[in-house]
Amino acid sequence: MTSIADYSIGSSLTDVQLDPVNRLDLIKYAGASGDFNPIHTIDEEAEKTGLPGIIAHGMWTMGNVSKLFTPYYGEGFIQDYSIRFKGMVLLNDVLTLKAKLTKIDCNKIHFNVAAVNQEQKEVIKGQVVFCLYE
Amino acid sequence: MLHHSIGKRSEKVKNIVERGAVKKFAEAIGDFHPIYTDEETGKQSRHKENLAPPTFPITFDYGIIADLHLPNKGLIHGEQTFHYERPLLAGEEVYCWTEVKNYVEKSGSHGEMGFLMLTKYGEDSKGQLVFSAKQTVIINEVVRKVMLA
Repeated sequence: MTSIADYSIGSSLTDVQLDPVNRLDLIKYAGASGDFNPIHTIDEEAEKTGLPGIIAHGMWTMGNVSKLFTPYYGEGFIQDYSIRFKGMVLLNDVLTLKAKLTKIDCNKIHFNVAAVNQEQKEVIKGQVVFCLYE
Repeated sequence: MLHHSIGKRSEKVKNIVERGAVKKFAEAIGDFHPIYTDEETGKQSRHKENLAPPTFPITFDYGIIADLHLPNKGLIHGEQTFHYERPLLAGEEVYCWTEVKNYVEKSGSHGEMGFLMLTKYGEDSKGQLVFSAKQTVIINEVVRKVMLA
């Protein structure tokens, strides 16, 4: 496997495309996270609030993006991870997770990260600072 | 509406990074890496222990801030950040609390919106900070009316 320290500015970690979002993904995340807001699992509750249907937890998408960095756990850790939630994720949406290296500052590697849907719209975007162990 | 809460914080609450919870959480975000679940992989690693995913602190109990009553429906999560001093380890105890950093109201095309900025903290049993997490919660016009009623 490539070392994270071998990437250069402007290069990207390999994109990961997720399977279409299904209800069970969100039910599992509700259970695992403790966020039982029904707009993520029950159609009627989502529709009552004016949504077109249930939407994924923003934190589910944010959690998914972090896994791009997991293979490098031996070299360092995510020191900073910031996300802005920009768009809704609906059932059957197909998300692609992306991370592009923007800056190397001593032992800190900066990435722009995002999840984009099948229409190439960013649903979340933000930054990761990956800190290499000394 | 929530201005009176600025600066208030909760009492520290003891949480345990429970292994079963880490496994369930990692699976729920589709991260099947053995560093989260396989004991041997954990033992062989730098921290000699399994890790928890970076967004895992969302599962912790941060205690209650007196007089801050938020509805459990209708809030919008606008922004979220995590800052780590080191990775979070499976099995460890973390003492967590939360503080209201700011609250502002703005009027826009969707009416009056409230923006609540919370910072959450987790420190280990030696009192060393492990992580802090900031979140912005957006309270829209409809929810504001319910809260004011």
